[in-house]
Amino acid sequence: MTRTPRTRTAARPGARNGVREDPASAYDMTQTEEAVERRTLACIVDNEPGVLGRVVGLFSARGYNIESLTVAEIDRNARQSRITIVTSGTNHVLEQIEQQLLRLVPVAKVIDVTQSGGIERELALVKVAGTGEKRVEALRIAEIFRARVIDTTNESFIFEVTGASAKIDQFIELMRPLGLVEVSRTGVLSIQRGKEKAG
Amino acid sequence: MDGNSAMDAKTPADATEIMTGAEIVLRALADQGVDTIFGYPGGAVLPIYDAIYAQQRVRHILVRHEQGAGHMAEGYARSTGKCGVALATSGPGATNMVTPIADALMDSIPMVVITGQVPTHLIGSDAFQEADTVGITRACTKHNYLVRDVNDLARIIHEAFYIATHGRPGPVVIDIPKNVQFAKGRYIGPDAIEHRTYRPRTEPVSGRIEEAVALMARAERPVIYSGGGVINSGPKAAKALRALAKATGFPVTSTLMGLGAFPASDKQWLGMVGMHGSFESNNAMHDCDVMLCIGARFDDRVTGRLDAFSPRSRKIHIDVDPSSINKNVRVDVPIVADAGKAMEALTETWAKRSPRRTPDLAPWWEQIDQWRARKSFAYPASKAVIKPQHAIERLYALTRDRDVYITTEVGQHQMWAAQFFHFDEPNRWMTSGGLGTMGYGLPAAVGVQAAHPKSLVIDIAGDASVQMTMQEMSTAVQHELPVKIFILNNSWMGMVRQWQQLLHGERYSHSYSDSLPDFVKLAEAYGGHGVMCEDPAQLDAAIMEMIDTPRPVLFDCRVEKAENCFPMIPSGAAHNEMILGKITGDEIGDAGKMLV
Repeated sequence: MTRTPRTRTAARPGARNGVREDPASAYDMTQTEEAVERRTLACIVDNEPGVLGRVVGLFSARGYNIESLTVAEIDRNARQSRITIVTSGTNHVLEQIEQQLLRLVPVAKVIDVTQSGGIERELALVKVAGTGEKRVEALRIAEIFRARVIDTTNESFIFEVTGASAKIDQFIELMRPLGLVEVSRTGVLSIQRGKEKAG
Repeated sequence: MDGNSAMDAKTPADATEIMTGAEIVLRALADQGVDTIFGYPGGAVLPIYDAIYAQQRVRHILVRHEQGAGHMAEGYARSTGKCGVALATSGPGATNMVTPIADALMDSIPMVVITGQVPTHLIGSDAFQEADTVGITRACTKHNYLVRDVNDLARIIHEAFYIATHGRPGPVVIDIPKNVQFAKGRYIGPDAIEHRTYRPRTEPVSGRIEEAVALMARAERPVIYSGGGVINSGPKAAKALRALAKATGFPVTSTLMGLGAFPASDKQWLGMVGMHGSFESNNAMHDCDVMLCIGARFDDRVTGRLDAFSPRSRKIHIDVDPSSINKNVRVDVPIVADAGKAMEALTETWAKRSPRRTPDLAPWWEQIDQWRARKSFAYPASKAVIKPQHAIERLYALTRDRDVYITTEVGQHQMWAAQFFHFDEPNRWMTSGGLGTMGYGLPAAVGVQAAHPKSLVIDIAGDASVQMTMQEMSTAVQHELPVKIFILNNSWMGMVRQWQQLLHGERYSHSYSDSLPDFVKLAEAYGGHGVMCEDPAQLDAAIMEMIDTPRPVLFDCRVEKAENCFPMIPSGAAHNEMILGKITGDEIGDAGKMLV
């Protein structure tokens, strides 16, 4: 019985405590130095039972992140829905997410909203309770953010604010010291610029 | 349904034909060209069984366990190129079917599985034999349906066949509530049924083909790495692969799933690639400068250590599934297309290439011949005990001139079968590659035999695997399907034992097959024929006895117990770190042990 001389690649660092740092197999592909980016993807899907389950199941089965997800029917006659997903990963993972989504039978189209310069908006309902100077200050900041008051009591406001997610984050941060009670957000909606239809 | 229904399907009057949901199922199957289905009855599919009883066009093979029905449909599909069909009841019937469905997804086998469901008004009430079949199978099907309206049923069935067989093939589940089977509705024929959104691309982009040919024409150390996709693409693809190899003179290797697409008797054949592949094929993959991957998916069993996988090559990847491209390995020229069409385009463009002169491949072939000379599949012969490799070699030699189909279970015997049984034609080799399902081979053989009643169908099995679906012997006997179950019996879960020996300090935890049945008596109990052989001198005669018995046979071939499967790329190692023979405990690092 013979054995081949084993050539070791210089780049191969020794395994410490059984944990290897370099990718050695498909199992540890995630260990990479590539930067993780956030990406917004919009899927145009056939609106049939279970389609959301398929999309969400794909993300959990393959270990992808979902930061936010919105879904609603956009064309009743064509029975189409639009799902906007905010996800994050390395470039390689993001490319795979797009391809894996397209592999689902009811997914007609996947649009990379981030890279194609699409528009993203989110709506939030923000409840703030307080009296006196804090209450006045909350109203003043709401005006700056063009937030609308949609409900009020003597001690509270509910604001409706729309905009990019970062703007909503900022609004919530400013409300925190002024008596922020709770927040409800829609997650990101997206649409393409220009005259073309996405579907 | 009358005898004219095949013709009726083409008439416009067809659109208004009214029948029950159960009748629609049988009619749609017949119109799809299905001649055989594999199934097991139960409460939620009784109307369908009534419809089966009332017709002649579709033969039903009664199995003993729904898993068997699924694997039979897979074997049927893989050996014919057609879509396999299995039928099961709700609840446990459907959950028993999950393993073959997952198996078919991993190995891209076209299959339609019909399951019964509790009536629509009981769905969600935890009714008797209720399970959320579409929920359970969502992650292991290519697509699935719950049919709520009988008027959607015919369209959904035709659509399911379209999805199962187009693009990258896969399993599709149709869950039909019992009241939908009883309800009357409209039947529509299969013509003009297309899916609304699912339109897989099969034609290659010509620019990519030219890029690929430009790379191939400069290659000094090329290799063709083909996979199961070539077989799925059909006989034309296997022909196209042979034509491409002949035109270019490139060496050809293939994955486990791709065996038979290229003739093993050809001089350009390197043997199988991967963990237990040949030394020459793995070294060629490692050292090549251009790799042409056709219908394979850079699986971890093929690549070994990813960062040391074929480090100096430019890679061309043909796949009908875009998500396979750049998934595990970065490629230079991606070609999304049907394997056959892409290879035909490559061969055509290759013939017109300029400059016509391409590098001399002689030095590369010389190098390959040096690797071949290592004879990586050599094993020490024995006159005292039957070596498992020898048993397969004899099985191959004695069945060479016959019309033979081989299935396998999963483990050492599967690898020895892949190494020592050689295939010159596609669709002759049925094995569970991706999911690695022990218990696949026996029912798959029954499915193959149902499709090819006159052929010699052999399941090369292990003593542990075969017991997982052993009850399907009864199916084989009932339906007079004379499959041959050739068990390499070493009284161990051999591959588990091998890994425990090599990786776990020879601690043989629960891998010994204690209390094995007497396979000869077992065969007889089922109404089949049993053969036992433990003497190398008697082996040929025993194999001939098996072949000549026109009934199902269980062959208990007692082989060397401690034999290991070599050559082997240890987990976490590169192609050129292959181990040829004896191995000691320190060959595999701690990191390798972490891998599967």
